[in-house]
Amino acid sequence: MTDKPLLDVEHLRVGFRTEEGVVQAVDDVTFQLHAGEVLAIVGESGSGKSVSALTLMGLTPKENAIFEGIARVGDIDVLTAREEQLRRLRGEEVAMIFQDPMTSLNPVQRIGAQIVEQILAHRDIPSAEAYDQTVELLERVGIPRARERIQSYPHEFSGGMRQRVMIAMALSCDPSVLIADEPTTALDVTIQAQILEVIKELRERTDAGVVLVTHDLGVVADIADRILVMYAGRVVEQGTLDEIFYDPQHPYTWGLLGSIARVDRPRPERLPSIPGMPPSLHDRPTGCHFRPRCRHEFAQCTQTPSLEARNPDSPAHTDRCWLSVEEKRAKREIAAGQIGLEAKGAIA
Amino acid sequence: MARFIIRRLIAMVFVMFAVSVLTFLIFNVIPNGDPAARMAGKNSTPQQIEAIRRDWGFDDPLYKQYFTTMKKVFTGDLLSYANRENVVDRIKDGAPRTFVLAIGAAFIWFISGVALGLFSAVKAGKVSDRVVTVLSLIGISMPVFWLGALMNYYLGYKLGLFPNGGYVTIADGGVFDWFYHLIMPWTALSVLFIGVYSRVVRSSVLDTINDDYVRTARAKGIGERRVMRNHVLRNSLIPVITLWGLDFGAVLGGGAILTETVFDIQGVGQYFQESITRLDVPPVLAVTLFGSFFIVLFNAIVDIVYAALDPRIRLS
Repeated sequence: MTDKPLLDVEHLRVGFRTEEGVVQAVDDVTFQLHAGEVLAIVGESGSGKSVSALTLMGLTPKENAIFEGIARVGDIDVLTAREEQLRRLRGEEVAMIFQDPMTSLNPVQRIGAQIVEQILAHRDIPSAEAYDQTVELLERVGIPRARERIQSYPHEFSGGMRQRVMIAMALSCDPSVLIADEPTTALDVTIQAQILEVIKELRERTDAGVVLVTHDLGVVADIADRILVMYAGRVVEQGTLDEIFYDPQHPYTWGLLGSIARVDRPRPERLPSIPGMPPSLHDRPTGCHFRPRCRHEFAQCTQTPSLEARNPDSPAHTDRCWLSVEEKRAKREIAAGQIGLEAKGAIA
Repeated sequence: MARFIIRRLIAMVFVMFAVSVLTFLIFNVIPNGDPAARMAGKNSTPQQIEAIRRDWGFDDPLYKQYFTTMKKVFTGDLLSYANRENVVDRIKDGAPRTFVLAIGAAFIWFISGVALGLFSAVKAGKVSDRVVTVLSLIGISMPVFWLGALMNYYLGYKLGLFPNGGYVTIADGGVFDWFYHLIMPWTALSVLFIGVYSRVVRSSVLDTINDDYVRTARAKGIGERRVMRNHVLRNSLIPVITLWGLDFGAVLGGGAILTETVFDIQGVGQYFQESITRLDVPPVLAVTLFGSFFIVLFNAIVDIVYAALDPRIRLS
């Protein structure tokens, strides 16, 4: 790890003006990403994780958006950068893999041409050379007969193969940051594992930092170094993989961990779930946003808890819950075996 | 591909056969349809009418009349009932005029429609988008005979900026005069299509612009112009080109009847209009076949082009 972070996000707020008022999709998010690190952003739909990721690319629709805070990629703050600066950043410094490989590639353009287009946007090389690089990239992500397959169209590939193409495209300019927005959600489980393998291998080879946006804790357990748990636009807990999985602090994180299906343990009648629904972003509860769904709510919860370390033993492990560390340990009632990483691969 | 073309050719024969039979039947059942009576004139005796009927074969069974007429279409001997002119020759004379009108207008409306639609999609929701929307709706709502008449009256007759209709061949008047006479007809014919096309392009671009692969294109770090050209426009024009092929085929086949008539182009469409008012079956039948030939032909061309533009489509 170097001292200078690849990504430096401070008090990022992203709101959207709508007819019903401003929707605060991202509310005071702070994190850093260092080289070679995999940071997982975890949360339900609508928790603000995808908007955070898109904002780092400068791809959030600008017309109705209100940005506050800082989101620095290297030395450039993407919130204030000019369009040309952002263009050079995208693909070159920060690359992104999207959720649905079936729709993320241009259906009427050949695979090879789509990757070459990105290389040529950033590199001043002859297009024949860009094609050679593309073949290498496709081989690297495990596409057989890459030399022939660059002439194929996306519809001639399976979902997993298309996601490999997306990854090859993302890697084409050796980005220092890779943002993967639910890269395995649309794929079946065996393909999922292969794609994660590719991402891990990339991290080891290039020392890039990876931001993995997901709602799948199984994926997180497999690959992440550090975890950011988001709820209704806010970070509710942040810590290392071990801290989150062995010593989760926030009741929302307990709920998430409690609702994982594990194939190495007897399966309960019904998987436990978190009661209620995530709040509408138009009308979020005051104080702790998780309050209405939380079984441990008490008077203080109507005030917003700050994101801070509450356990002196682990100063980097922060959360937004008023309960004391002791109270949390006592109240945390996740079935035995739900916490921890004993069987990493056993989470499905 | 070869199989596709052969199948389409066979289909074309069937379509044209059906069209010709229908047209022929319609003119035999409509009131006042007896050609012999009309050809004989107002003050004719029953004997005269009977004589004409015999000479022209109107007393033959219907199917026989149909086959005789169709045979004449292909041998080029078909004569008008109204003035005994050779129908095929008239179509040959009119076709170049119709083609010139159609080709020029089709380019004008395609380019203007795409440009306006794209502009309006990029500015979606802004004042300029609304202005374009209102203008296209006005364009769509103006009947071409009315617009053409206004243009003729104000631009042609009152201000004298343009010739008041008519068609001048290059051989007769040179390229300039030929072009000068076509400006108003081209414009009048294009206005409606420009309105329609700009609406279609606008919605197609807006559909495409939110597609995932456009987001991917932006994430690649290519310039916004390139994103628009290679990803948005390339994909959103596929349905528009399909539409264009079909409209172009219809206009080539004499579909611009009103424009031709208002500006006195003397093309196939105007010939069609004149023949209908005279209930003159042979030219109506021949022009209908001429028109349906182009429509069926362009349908097939559109399918082939569509498959070339979109690799997901296979001709089978």
